[in-house]
Amino acid sequence: MKIAFTAQGTDWNAKVDPRFGRTRYILLYDEDSGELQVIDNSASVAEAHGAGPKTAALIADYDPDVLITGNGPGGNADPALRAMGIEIFTGAGGMTIRQAYEAYKNNQLRKF
Amino acid sequence: MTIAIASGKGGTGKTTLSVNLALYLAQKQPVILADLDVEEPNSGLFLTADLKEDLIRYNMVPRWSGQCSLCRECQANCVWNAVIVLRDRVMVYPQLCHSCYACSELCPEKALPMVPYRMGVVRHFVSDNLNFVEGRLDIGQELAVPLIAQTIKYINEKFDKKIVRIFDSPPGTSCPVIEVMKNADFVILITEPTPFGLNDLQLAVETVRQLNKPFAVVINRYGIGDNQVENYCQTQGIDIIARIPNDKAIARLYSQGKTLFDNVPSVAHELQRIEQYLFSKAGKA
Amino acid sequence: MREIVVISGKGGAGKTSISASFAYLSPPETVIADCDVDAADMHLLMKPRIVQQEDFYSSQEAVINPDLCTGCDLCYQVCRFDAISREDGIYSVIPLNCEGCAYCEKVCPVQAITMKARLDGQWFISETRLDKPMVHARLGIGTENSGKLVTLVKNVARKIAEKYNKDFIIVDGAPGVGCPVIASISGASFVVLVSEPTVSGIHDLKRVYDLVRRFGIPAGLIINKYDINPEKTQEIISFAQQNAIFLISQIPYDESFVQAQIRGLTMAEYGSRQIKKLLRQSWETVMELSE
Repeated sequence: MKIAFTAQGTDWNAKVDPRFGRTRYILLYDEDSGELQVIDNSASVAEAHGAGPKTAALIADYDPDVLITGNGPGGNADPALRAMGIEIFTGAGGMTIRQAYEAYKNNQLRKF
Repeated sequence: MTIAIASGKGGTGKTTLSVNLALYLAQKQPVILADLDVEEPNSGLFLTADLKEDLIRYNMVPRWSGQCSLCRECQANCVWNAVIVLRDRVMVYPQLCHSCYACSELCPEKALPMVPYRMGVVRHFVSDNLNFVEGRLDIGQELAVPLIAQTIKYINEKFDKKIVRIFDSPPGTSCPVIEVMKNADFVILITEPTPFGLNDLQLAVETVRQLNKPFAVVINRYGIGDNQVENYCQTQGIDIIARIPNDKAIARLYSQGKTLFDNVPSVAHELQRIEQYLFSKAGKA
Repeated sequence: MREIVVISGKGGAGKTSISASFAYLSPPETVIADCDVDAADMHLLMKPRIVQQEDFYSSQEAVINPDLCTGCDLCYQVCRFDAISREDGIYSVIPLNCEGCAYCEKVCPVQAITMKARLDGQWFISETRLDKPMVHARLGIGTENSGKLVTLVKNVARKIAEKYNKDFIIVDGAPGVGCPVIASISGASFVVLVSEPTVSGIHDLKRVYDLVRRFGIPAGLIINKYDINPEKTQEIISFAQQNAIFLISQIPYDESFVQAQIRGLTMAEYGSRQIKKLLRQSWETVMELSE
């Protein structure tokens, strides 16, 4: 499974970003290969409007199965993510990526 | 004549003045009151009137035809991220669309025709001499300017130019306020005699000057603060055309959603001053 | 680190006065963020000394180079915003009307049109008389208030809070119910709703609370000027009870709100004894509820 995290930094110790559209990074964890990929989202951060859709378009190419975040995507990003069939889990705000992953595996996060 | 009532700061009395001035004038002549704070139109809370028309207003936005080569030209052409291309489809975000038509007209396969998209409503109410027109943006819609423009268009198409119009503006100095002021002959800036009131009045004055519109100031809750606003207006050569007093009775009536022009003589008196000022200006013009 | 955001929906309810008081009452390790970028007032109570100042670019506008322009009229034909003027055959852009869509730039056959970044405002980091840093901004006249500048102010405040190990960020939120408010509450630990017992105040409180609920952020309510209308105050209390919004406090109408403002002080420093006590209790409640 490929799991995407909204992140404020670039490694497992980074904090989860509570937002989706203007998250600084998306970290993509491939459970099969064990690889952690860093996607820079600064182009969306800089946007006045439409940050959500832009970020959604960005991750579309990476085809994640799951998205883990803090608050959840806003009204604009949501339909795009659903159209891609991504399962969204929230409640990870304040955790590190590593902690968020553990929480997800232990069913401690909220399904959006 | 079109009078816009605006203010840098929220809560200074725009709606109170718009509603009461409109009702005061409507005692003697036909008046149109437009609530153009389309994100949060509040004037209706103070009025009892009969609904005459309730019209949905639309913006033109692109709609994907369902099939294309996913070349991504549209995504590249949209500066607002209102059109994005996923792996198997094109997604349009109508609420982000500014209706520039670029994606639609530049699409090599003509796969994005423009279609109407609901953004809000225009409602027209009548009570004797008063025609009340309200623009109300749907929840989730982000752009106020197109609906403000359409509400003003509705008024201009429906009513004789000679009928006086009072435009209740949104607060602040950003795009929506500019859209309202652009369409006015005269702007009344309402403020309160406090440091916050002065600060925000200065921003509003800068705005109205940039648009080159004649304007004057009304001070609300006169007496609660100091005389910095008066001094500022005097130094700047800005007319203060009314001073509505700070009065617990006024505050209470307002909190109940009641009108002041018919319940508080001091307010009626100030409205008369405004009327005299405006119509002497109109005569001169 | 906790982020406390104060919003009100309706302007004039006392949002800035209350957030300024919280800024005074909060522990020393606090950052202040003024997110009311359209009509910022916090600085009038904070005596800021600007330490860093940056330009804010958000939108763009088209510029036509008259030396390259051939007068083909294509830009005029495609512009939906009446932003192209062709007076006396000279083509130029009317900046106030230009939405920055760049359609004209794309169709110009001789590349005479370029998109120029528009200076939409400025943001500042300042030291304040409370010895707590403040991040604030000024949105340019006639600019679209998209929430981007609000987000920037919050991000800068967060960076400072992280770097210097601050415990609180106190945010004076944007008024209304649009993007700037959404940007103000995004990522908050706790939202304080300030309401006034008036027909408009209640109307706007309900609309703004809707946003808060969708984000799932815990919220508390302060009813300001509660004594101007006891019936409406009761209406707000009922609304709060029905919606699991914690009632933090009820503050009576008090002339010292303005008197404090005139002296450039917060109510927590200048108000009557009763008001000072109410504000202190309110802040303590906020600290408890936001744990």
